Order: sequence, then structure tokens, then C-alpha cells
Amino acid sequence: MNLVLDIALTHVRSRLRQTFVGLMGVAMGVGFSVMMAALMEGSQRDFVNQLVDALPHITMSDERREPPRQPAEDVYQVVAYSGLSTMATRPGIKNPYAIIASLDSWLDGAVAPSVQARAVIRYASRDTAANVTGIDPKREAAVSKLPEQLRQGTLKDLHRASNAIILGDRLAEKIGARVGNTIAVVSGTGRVLSCTVVALVHSGISQSDETQAFTLIKTAQILAGQTGIVNAMRIRVAGIMDARQIAERIEAQSGYKSVSWQEANEDLISALEIRNFIMYTVVGAILLVASFGTYNIISTITHEKTRDIAILKSLGFTERTVRSIFLLEALIIGLAGTVLGWLLGYALCSALGTIEFKSPFMDATRLPMYYSPTHYLLAGLVALAASAIAGYLPARKAASVHPVEIIRGAS
Amino acid sequence: MTIQLPVTTPLIELRHVTKTIGDGVETTLVRDINMKIEPGEFVAITGPSGSGKSSLLYLLGLLDVPTSGEVLMQGRAVPANSETERARLRLKLLGFVFQFHFLLTEFSALTNVTLPMRALGELSDRAMKDRALHLLQSLGLQSHAHKLPGQLSGGQRQRVAIARALANEPQIILADEPTGNLDSASSEQVLGVLRQLVDETKRSVVMVTHDMALAARADRHVRIVDGRLVDETT
Ligand SMILES: Nc1ncnc2c1ncn2[C@@H]1O[C@H](COP(=O)(O)OP(=O)(O)OP(=O)(O)O)[C@@H](O)[C@H]1O
Ligand SMILES: [Mg+2]
Repeated sequence: MNLVLDIALTHVRSRLRQTFVGLMGVAMGVGFSVMMAALMEGSQRDFVNQLVDALPHITMSDERREPPRQPAEDVYQVVAYSGLSTMATRPGIKNPYAIIASLDSWLDGAVAPSVQARAVIRYASRDTAANVTGIDPKREAAVSKLPEQLRQGTLKDLHRASNAIILGDRLAEKIGARVGNTIAVVSGTGRVLSCTVVALVHSGISQSDETQAFTLIKTAQILAGQTGIVNAMRIRVAGIMDARQIAERIEAQSGYKSVSWQEANEDLISALEIRNFIMYTVVGAILLVASFGTYNIISTITHEKTRDIAILKSLGFTERTVRSIFLLEALIIGLAGTVLGWLLGYALCSALGTIEFKSPFMDATRLPMYYSPTHYLLAGLVALAASAIAGYLPARKAASVHPVEIIRGAS
Repeated sequence: MTIQLPVTTPLIELRHVTKTIGDGVETTLVRDINMKIEPGEFVAITGPSGSGKSSLLYLLGLLDVPTSGEVLMQGRAVPANSETERARLRLKLLGFVFQFHFLLTEFSALTNVTLPMRALGELSDRAMKDRALHLLQSLGLQSHAHKLPGQLSGGQRQRVAIARALANEPQIILADEPTGNLDSASSEQVLGVLRQLVDETKRSVVMVTHDMALAARADRHVRIVDGRLVDETT
């Protein structure tokens, strides 16, 4: 066996109990770091997934970032204009099917138009406000989770009756409506449509289940009092991280404001970054504290072994060799601690992953743990680096022992 | 016509070597020492307690560096500022035996003997083990090779220490009162080993002792008083 390793192992064995304590310190540090990382990244991914799944990756709305150019601007050098009249209705996205056709030609993803209308839903003398969304059943499946969230019925059922409607399950419960019932939908302008409930939807989020209703686009257009235009295009893209650039391109082409999920959640994303920074700081601190134990044990060993160090140096061992003995001892503790810490971390993650949280506003969930080799690698590397530093300091001191002083003292 | 006498280079040579320690109150350990150790000679150093015998031995053995003066090893000046270079010379050319055995207590006699060979790294594991066993055997320790130092008698430990000092076939053995802790029978045995080394393998031995009877059996006898060489008898 390698000489340095041989001596290092003998030293470590001679101080078994203390070595074990130092090793446990590192193991705890690594274990909790792995757990923290899995928890933090798990919840972050879960959050982003929910965000990205629940909402379209890019939403094109009928707003513009800048007011449309007035014809007068094109003709004259105008400084300012006044007396512009306001429009009574939302402007809407004009020629939606031309835009969809154009997007379909180059976009790696899917587009679905939608129309928003506010309405009051009435059934058996009970009524409630609702957000009615007009959708295209064929395209909807590609951009939202709506088909999977349906209870009874399918999206195709919207074509079955002339004014078919899908209600949020809590909304239906509130007014006592069931699938097959005919309900009255009253638009903002007072138009009353009688619609047949063809399906119920359960998203798991109480707020939307209480207010959401879905119809075909043309039904919603009637309720909104606008025909031929839509209010929004919802777009899913294959590479969600490219959403920002794609949104810019779409906006440049169509002129309509197109917001990527990143832009829509800018503040949340920066909050996540801060959270990550805090996490890495805490994890670093845990591992630093763990390395104090290693420092302590290596210091003790070097003190105990001063005589041996003097002997080795008198025989002709270089300072470098002596240093590497104690450095190696620290690394042995660090490495063993890391491996043990990995097991501990994995066990903690599995244990936490089984805990179930129940909430009246959400479906029951488990803590989202994210298992990544990167966490293990990172915690291990930091632990080893900390061990190396913790070992290097006493090792350097030990190596500088002057053998004559020790030999004189002992004889 | 002149006849050129063959001139041997001394193994170790001290030129005007002085060693003082302490800043403020200075203590002079040895003063202006001139000394040569030739190949194949057995030198005894004697002197009263505290006269600087050990200090001189540490200087000869490159464990310590002089405050002034020069140390030459096989005719070449030893660099005072390179501990690494001195360590290399100690490993290859020098062997130490002290009054206290200075074995590593957690390793067997055999492992202790292989330590310098492993540090030098010139032999295979097999060859190192063979040589260590051979050395132990030549010192009458064949049945004790796998014992820990704590399981050996004082004389046995001292012989293990000698075996270790001989591990890399050094040119010189430096011994500081190697029999100081031993009874007369063990002392006799250790001295016999050293004497044999000089007579049979032409190594040099420098031995510090205050036993005049032992000193008398050396080839050359150097006396030191108050850090100065006072007289020399051959
Ligand atoms: N660290 C030190 N500080 C002060 N004085 C020292 C120190 N080390 C040695 N000395 C002194 O240097 C002198 C020489 O010491 P050295 O050990 O060489 O003597 P020695 O001849 O080997 O003695 P002994 O026969 O007792 O072993 C002594 O007087 C000793 O007290
Ligand atoms: Mg002495």
C-alpha cells in the first residue's frame, strides 16, 4: 500500500471515536445539504411546471405596447394630437385565422385562439358571475390541460348542442346544475343565451373552479358582442426556455403584445433566484460548520503524533510528504463522511417525499423532491474542499515541526 | 617526480561550524568545529553532559543547520536553505539511532524497517520486505518481525532502530548514546553490530557516548568540552 495512505489510515484508526464524530459532522452536513437542495429545487421545479403547465407559454393579447399610429402621423410632422375618440369595445385581434395560419407555418408548438366574456349564469333561480372563455376544441388540447381536467364529458361535446357549455365543478355545484341541464347565460349587454351543460371541469384551484366556464368561440363572441375577432392567442412552444425570444418574434410579426411566461412572472423568477442564493449560502454554511469537526480531529492527531512526525522527518521524509499524510487523513474523513452523507441525504429525501399535505383550497400534495446527481456531486465537492482546507492548516503546522527539538525533548 | 597519494573525499566534513540558538540571550551549542568523517571509520564522541555532543551529531546528520561555517557531504556543500535537499540526503546517505528507540509505535518492527525504503521508493514491495527481513535476521530479530515496538525489550527495540537506520544502505550511521538505556549485555550486542558494520561493510559510524570503555573500541575518539573539540586520540 502507498506509504502516505498507510500512515494516514493508521492515524485515523488510532482515533476511531473522534474520527467517527468528525465523519458524522461531514455526513450530516452533506445529508442536510442534499436534502435542502432536493427540496428547494423540487419546489421550484414544481412551481415552474405548474406555472408553465397551467398557463400558456406565450399569450398574445389584443393590446399593443404602443398606441397604434394615427394616419395623421404618416402624412404630417405632428407633435401632438388631441380629440381622439375612445372605442366602446375591446379592440380584439383582427383576422385571427390569418395569424394562426402564419404561426402554424413556422412555430414549433401550437396556437389556440380564445375569446373572453363576462357573464352571469343562472339556473333554477340561483345565479353567479362567471368568466366565459370561448375556445376551439380541436386546438385547445394542444395548449392547455383542459381536456385532462374534465369530469364527465369531453371537449368535443361542445359541438353536440347548439349552445354547449362546460362549467367549473364548484360553479355547477353552487347553482345546482348538472350535465344535461339547460342553464341561462346572461351577457354584459343583457343578451340571454340558453346553454346546455355538457361537461364539468376540475382544475384543483378553487378560485377558477368556482368561476370558469368554457364554450365554443362563436358562443363567447355572441356573449362579448363581437364577431370575427378573438381576445387572445395562447401559444405553447416546444422549448419553454426559448419562449421569450419566440414571443418577441411573434410580437414583431403580428404587432400584438405577446407575453412569454418568463415576462409574465418576472418578479416570481427573480424571487426564485434570491431563494436559490439563500439556499446555497445556507448549504455552504452547513458544510463549513461540518469542516470544523475535521479541523479539530486533524489538529488533535497532529499534536499526538508530533513525535512520529519528528521521527519521519529525521529519517528523511520531506515536509511535503508529512503534509500530505495529514491532508489525506482529512480527505479520508471528508470522503467517508460524504458517502455516508449521500446515504443520509437520500434517506431524508425519501422520507420527506412521503409526507402528504392537505389543504381545503388545493388537492392533497406531497413535498416535491427533486433528485439530481448534481446536488450530490456539489455537496460532495464542497465537503471535500472544506475538509482539505480543514486538514491543510494543521498539516502545514505539523510539517514544519523541527525534528531536533522533539528528539532533544524526548531523549 | 612526485607521487600522487590517493586522496579520499571525506563523507562528511565540518568547516568552522558554529551553532548558536536563541535571540536575545544567545546560547552557543558548538563553536568553530573542524571535523572530517572518512569512509569506513568508527568515531566516538565523548564529553561531559551538556557539552554539545548531541548538537554536533545533529549538525553532522543534517538535522540541523549551522549558524556559521559549512557542512560538506561527500565533498559537496550542503545547502542550508533547502530542507527538502537535506531530507533527501538523510534518506539516502544517513541513518540515525538515538538513545530512545524512536520507532513508530503503531507499526510492526518489519514495517518500521521498511519505512525509509518506501519513502525512497527505489525497490519493489517484495524486495523491500526481503531486505527488511534480512536486516532483522542479521540482528537476531527474525522471530520478532511482526511484533509492535511495545512488545519488544529495550535492546530488541534498539536493534530494530539500527535495522531501520540501515534500511537504505546508508554510508554513515549516526548514533546518540545508542546503549544509554540498555544493560551491559544488550549494550555489548548493539556495539558489536556497529563494530561489525564498519569492519565488514566499510560503513562509517559516529557514536556519541559517555562510556569510556565503549569509546575505546572506536577507531578514533573525539572529545568535546563546552562546544569545542579539545583533543583527539586514535
Ligand atoms: N533549546 C535549547 N535552549 C537552550 N539551551 C539549549 C537548548 N538545547 C540545548 N541547549 C544547551 O546546549 C548545550 C548542549 O546540549 P547537547 O544536548 O548538545 O549536550 P550533550 O553533550 O548531548 O549532553 P548530554 O550528554 O546530557 O546528552 C547544553 O548546555 C544544553 O543545555
Ligand atoms: Mg545528548
